Amino acid sequence: MSADGSAAATTAAASSDRTDGRSLGERIVGSSVGDRAYVAIITGFAVCVPLLLAFIFIEVLLAGWPALQTFGFGFLTSATWDPVHRQFGAGPAIFGTIVTSIIALIIATPLALGVAVFLSEYAPAWMRQPVGFLVDLLAAIPSVVYGLWGIFVLIPVMREHVMPFLRDTLGLGATPFFTGPMYGNSVLAASVILAIMVLPYISAVSREVLLAVPRSQREAALALGATRWEMIQKAVLPYARSGIIGGVILGLGRALGETMAVTMLIGNSHEVSASLFAPGYTMASLIANEFAEASDDLHLSALMAVGFVLLVVTLIVNAIARWLVWRVARGPKGAP
Amino acid sequence: MTAPARPEQPQRPTLRQRAVAERTVRTLVRRRVVSALMTVVVALAAIATTLPLLFILYHLASEGASAISVDFFTKLPKPVGVGGAGMANAIVGTLTLLAIACAIGLPVGIGAGLYLADFKGSRLATLVRFLADVLNGLPSIVLGIFAWEFLVRPVKHFSALAGGIALAAMMIPMVTRTTEEMVRLVPNALREAALALGYSRARTAITVVLRTATAGIVTGVLVAVARIAGETAPLMFTAFGNTFWSLRLTEPIAALPLQIFEYAKSPYDEWHQLAWAAAMVLIVVVLVISIAARFVTRGRVGGGHGD
Amino acid sequence: MVIDAAPGPASPRLASPRLRAEGLTAWFGATPAVKDASIDIRDREVTAIIGPSGCGKSTFLRCLNRLHETVATARVDGRVLLDGRNIYANGVNPIEVRKFIGMVFQRPTPFPTMSIRDNVAAGLRVMNPRPNGRRTDEIVERALTRAALWDEVRDRLKENATSLSGGQQQRLCIARALATDPEVLLLDEPTASLDPISSQKVEELVYELRKDMSVVIVTHNMQQAARVSDVTAFFLLGDLLEVSPTKQIFTAPKDSRTEAYVTGRFG
Repeated sequence: MSADGSAAATTAAASSDRTDGRSLGERIVGSSVGDRAYVAIITGFAVCVPLLLAFIFIEVLLAGWPALQTFGFGFLTSATWDPVHRQFGAGPAIFGTIVTSIIALIIATPLALGVAVFLSEYAPAWMRQPVGFLVDLLAAIPSVVYGLWGIFVLIPVMREHVMPFLRDTLGLGATPFFTGPMYGNSVLAASVILAIMVLPYISAVSREVLLAVPRSQREAALALGATRWEMIQKAVLPYARSGIIGGVILGLGRALGETMAVTMLIGNSHEVSASLFAPGYTMASLIANEFAEASDDLHLSALMAVGFVLLVVTLIVNAIARWLVWRVARGPKGAP
Repeated sequence: MTAPARPEQPQRPTLRQRAVAERTVRTLVRRRVVSALMTVVVALAAIATTLPLLFILYHLASEGASAISVDFFTKLPKPVGVGGAGMANAIVGTLTLLAIACAIGLPVGIGAGLYLADFKGSRLATLVRFLADVLNGLPSIVLGIFAWEFLVRPVKHFSALAGGIALAAMMIPMVTRTTEEMVRLVPNALREAALALGYSRARTAITVVLRTATAGIVTGVLVAVARIAGETAPLMFTAFGNTFWSLRLTEPIAALPLQIFEYAKSPYDEWHQLAWAAAMVLIVVVLVISIAARFVTRGRVGGGHGD
Repeated sequence: MVIDAAPGPASPRLASPRLRAEGLTAWFGATPAVKDASIDIRDREVTAIIGPSGCGKSTFLRCLNRLHETVATARVDGRVLLDGRNIYANGVNPIEVRKFIGMVFQRPTPFPTMSIRDNVAAGLRVMNPRPNGRRTDEIVERALTRAALWDEVRDRLKENATSLSGGQQQRLCIARALATDPEVLLLDEPTASLDPISSQKVEELVYELRKDMSVVIVTHNMQQAARVSDVTAFFLLGDLLEVSPTKQIFTAPKDSRTEAYVTGRFG
């Protein structure tokens, strides 16, 4: 029987190009230092992500702590923001953030949903990419450019046409929400620009979710005699509902944190007013507006505390949005 | 089979049957009208959503074009009324900040993306993926104050470095996710073919996987760069802006978005014009990159109905 | 010393087993895909592995070059001896093991960003010592010639590998595997995605390769196994039921289940 000798000879002969003097047994032994280093490096980089978030969280919390400690929970509700007397309450900013975000969503959601439904149900296939792309481009425009356009185009339009229309022609001036001097820089203007900025996010997610609804759902509804709208309403939308809601919440997350366009259009005032025509503040615009000239450490800390609240709120909202969208991605569309 | 029976004369409809029939017809008509109406509503919504973009682009073009000149690209900002002002330092400043951001953000982002694609099931990967998405949604102003607290306050001066790092922090989660997606698109068969040749994991990742995914990764990087090029909030308290050339990375530095903000807020028409011009330049760059990115990834992502 | 453990008519050549599997069991998570397989792969012989879909033959093949374990939750028990050395022993580097064993997959997998020449030379990059430019060109030419592809590509070595047809790409992958002069060549259903003419070329190639190396070919085309192999192994549901010289397995198989499969009663 052939012995190790001939086997070894065959090995050596066949692998003459690989010869470095060692035997097969010697050569296949060993560990891969290169691989371990590679894995260590990319793991290290991956770990940077949670570290970064933790770092941000801790730094902002620590910086805002003095203010939070001084004012306690009242910080969130107090409406007094008085640097002179060193009294800081984020109430108006939080109120403004909520109001602008909600109004922005009210304006944006039907439009975004409309265009998403249009693209997925009505438009011919060739239209989907270009039109969808146009809507998505809205997300690529920098916030400060929105602000610029807002100041010189939107505000005059609002001041001279939209606001009078709302107050007088529609008669909404009778309500407390549409009263007061029409400066233009207002909660309403900020909400409108926010709506435009948030629209592409809601639309993109909705479009994706709607396109993922299986054709069989639509066909089943049509076979039962539904009109096109009924099919959409009863077979498509319910199927896509949690994804759409996820998209809306994603838009909310964006709206909460938008800074530049809002600070350029909202008027930056600590007044809390029921009227949408009045100027106001959001958390983000407050920080942007006052940070550079914070009068003392407590003022600074108060601004940091506002930043912390903003951080926590957007973290939660985005987490919910992501969870909803992920759930849809894994759910009805099919098992992973 | 028996022959079909002589058809019965249809009974005359009862009153009740007639009422039901009429109601069905009316309902059907109503339902059809509603459906047609909704078609119009939806089409209107679609048109309404494309309008803002068109308006913005129109205004940018018309207002910005008049202020664009050679001076814009070559001269420094000047006080109002002096004339011949430009934003050369802001353009260079933006490029500098982007370079710093890429130097930090690209290795971390691509490395993390590689990790996520390679170890996709592990607990760390799930955590990193989730947190990267969360970081992507973080308001940039929060990043700005974080960077200030961490990089400016201790040394008591603004710097280009701080601005670049703040932008890098924005860039990392973006690049991580797009890299992961692009690397995942590389077929596993290619990895196995490389491993079967005796390639180490590292070599497989770099010479086969990364090379195959390069186009997609570069696109993702460009999109991220386009995004952070327009960001103002992270720079307001870090890079801060500068009316002159900034010669060292430890000095404040000008940037296009910062200049736009300053000039837009100001009461001077001359500066407003410059702001429009700068905005136009920024938008052109952003749009070109976005369109190019769309073209590159168009083939890989589907667009039809499900199943 | 390695001892011939498979009964049956003695092989006329005193061929030594290049690869020997002993009690090889492979898992995906908790499910065993290969159960306790033992087989000798002899030098200068073509061994075919046949069996119905899902019977574990591909998994078994991938255990021979330690590729199975690169899948998450995969696990291997048992020994595989390459020239007497257990490649699953502690301390053995699977990357190094794979340099001695070549593999060609079901679908052609040329590296899409590389030229034809670079594809063939891909395995040379990790050799120690690494051949220089001229030597590499020689090796590339030799490998392409052996893979019966040289004449078709000699003028376009710099072109991207994806410009080749499917059959050509597969032969390219074979050339790539041959370039490193492996001790054993593993082929996992290499003609499954090829047209009949390309398949035939590959089969002729495999038949020629037996002069220089051991070849293991997984196929679910029984006629192919009959045409190219010297020894055939039959897998069923993870069990290696029979290993016999090819002529015998197709005319007088020992196991009744083997007979049922080769006569087409199931498959």
